[in-house]
Amino acid sequence: MVITTKNLNLWYGAFHALKNINSGIEANRITAIIGPSGCGKSTLLRVFNRMNDLIEGVRIDGEVLINDINILDSRTDLVGLRKKVGMVFQRPNPFPLSVYENIVFGPKVHNLANKYELDEIVEHGLRSVLLWDELKDKLKKPALGLSLEQKQRLCIARLIAVKSDILLMDEPCSTLDPQATQRIEELMRELKNNYTIIIVTHNMQQAARVSDEAGFMLLGELIEFGQTQQIFTTPKDKRTEDYITGRYG
Amino acid sequence: MRKFKEFIIEKLILICGLASIFFVILIFLFLLKEGLAVFKSVNLLKFLFGKNWYPISEPAQLGILPLILGSLLVTIGAAVISVPIGVACAMYIAEVAPIKIKEVLKAGIELLAAIPSVVLGFIGMVTLVPWVKAVFKVPTGLTALSGSIMLAFMAMPTIVSISEDALYSVPKSYKEGALALGATRWQAIWHVMLPAASSGILAAVMLGIGRVIGETMAVMMITGNSAVIPHSILEPVRTLTATIAAEMGEAVVGSEHYFALFAVGIVLFVISFAINVTADLFLHKKK
Repeated sequence: MVITTKNLNLWYGAFHALKNINSGIEANRITAIIGPSGCGKSTLLRVFNRMNDLIEGVRIDGEVLINDINILDSRTDLVGLRKKVGMVFQRPNPFPLSVYENIVFGPKVHNLANKYELDEIVEHGLRSVLLWDELKDKLKKPALGLSLEQKQRLCIARLIAVKSDILLMDEPCSTLDPQATQRIEELMRELKNNYTIIIVTHNMQQAARVSDEAGFMLLGELIEFGQTQQIFTTPKDKRTEDYITGRYG
Repeated sequence: MRKFKEFIIEKLILICGLASIFFVILIFLFLLKEGLAVFKSVNLLKFLFGKNWYPISEPAQLGILPLILGSLLVTIGAAVISVPIGVACAMYIAEVAPIKIKEVLKAGIELLAAIPSVVLGFIGMVTLVPWVKAVFKVPTGLTALSGSIMLAFMAMPTIVSISEDALYSVPKSYKEGALALGATRWQAIWHVMLPAASSGILAAVMLGIGRVIGETMAVMMITGNSAVIPHSILEPVRTLTATIAAEMGEAVVGSEHYFALFAVGIVLFVISFAINVTADLFLHKKK
């Protein structure tokens, strides 16, 4: 197990947003978290890189072990954690800098490379997300001028550049058209050889297409967690079945 | 009847709107009419680059280079002091400060903006001027540096509040993206937020400088008012604005001196106009 959660609870002020989550996520798989809006799936994702720390009034208890280290410990090195556990956001958020600067931002803040290595890192990052051929002559161009799909790929390339092991994807395709979505999904399948990917999505077809394992969340609870195929064909819980068959959500 | 009322109100508002433009045009025309008259006796280059300002000697020498340099020196000095402090202050307020400190700081800065310039000048005169004299061991504390320090205080509120707005309006997703990549808060501010807000911050700086260059009262009181070309920031200078304020009262209407002061006004107008347009360009680039 790369990530294990034990009795994880989270409150926003008085609101109990995650209730007793127990799960285990394995390496080099794509794990999808599905569920209706507001069920806590993004919140769960943001526990894994402690992005919830940015919100005031958040209280967490339980354990989240990443490579056997409890990241909820107050002594956790957040910089190191977030380097290892990268995040792709719902809206592609490249920095208002050039394509090149976007990718070298991470390596620079972590002092990962000297000047000469940076060029290689940029090429490797862009090749990994299949952008190199499109952008190799536009490295100095502003990243904000790219298409949405290119932006999202660039955001993934940023994580590859800091050598993240785990990629958290928070509805990475929700702003993209179907073709672009399909291509990002292909990319995810390719990336899972080297990365552990957790994707939050409320697009059930996407979860079914792309993930190896899936968890269904409802009102802050993890109702069911298992092989994607099993979840989608023979769900154990009635509520999962209702959601999968489109009775609510 | 109702329609007629609407019509009247509409036209009244229109007239009010036009009036402001109309007055600006009138002022500008008047300035031009009075100011350009001086070029019958001196040519433009001699006026702008002449090294001597002796408006009442015989014959009058109307070179405003010492005044331009005086204004520039005081303004650059003020910018060097106020820009780093002001931008740092804006970063602190927008990104770092806990909410209570933020409120206190913002109120403090608004208060700073509310201090009349003559009061600042007067405080500078009795506190700053002796201090500059003692610290730098110069014959007089009435120097360009004293003016710069005082004006830095006047530029600060503009720089802080507009920069803070600019930083605040940077999409939160940039900061999240940077933090999620493992950047520290400072790295996120410095490498991502600041470049993203750069055009707004530049506009803030330009508007702050615009305020400084047009400021009169405080500089007149503490820069020593000597219209000679300064060789260092520790010498007395006289600015364009102070010259007009100090001499307009005693210039004979219709004399060369009188026209020259109006021409100084045109120079000031052109400088502030250029600064404001630049600031505007930066602000619009942001949008």
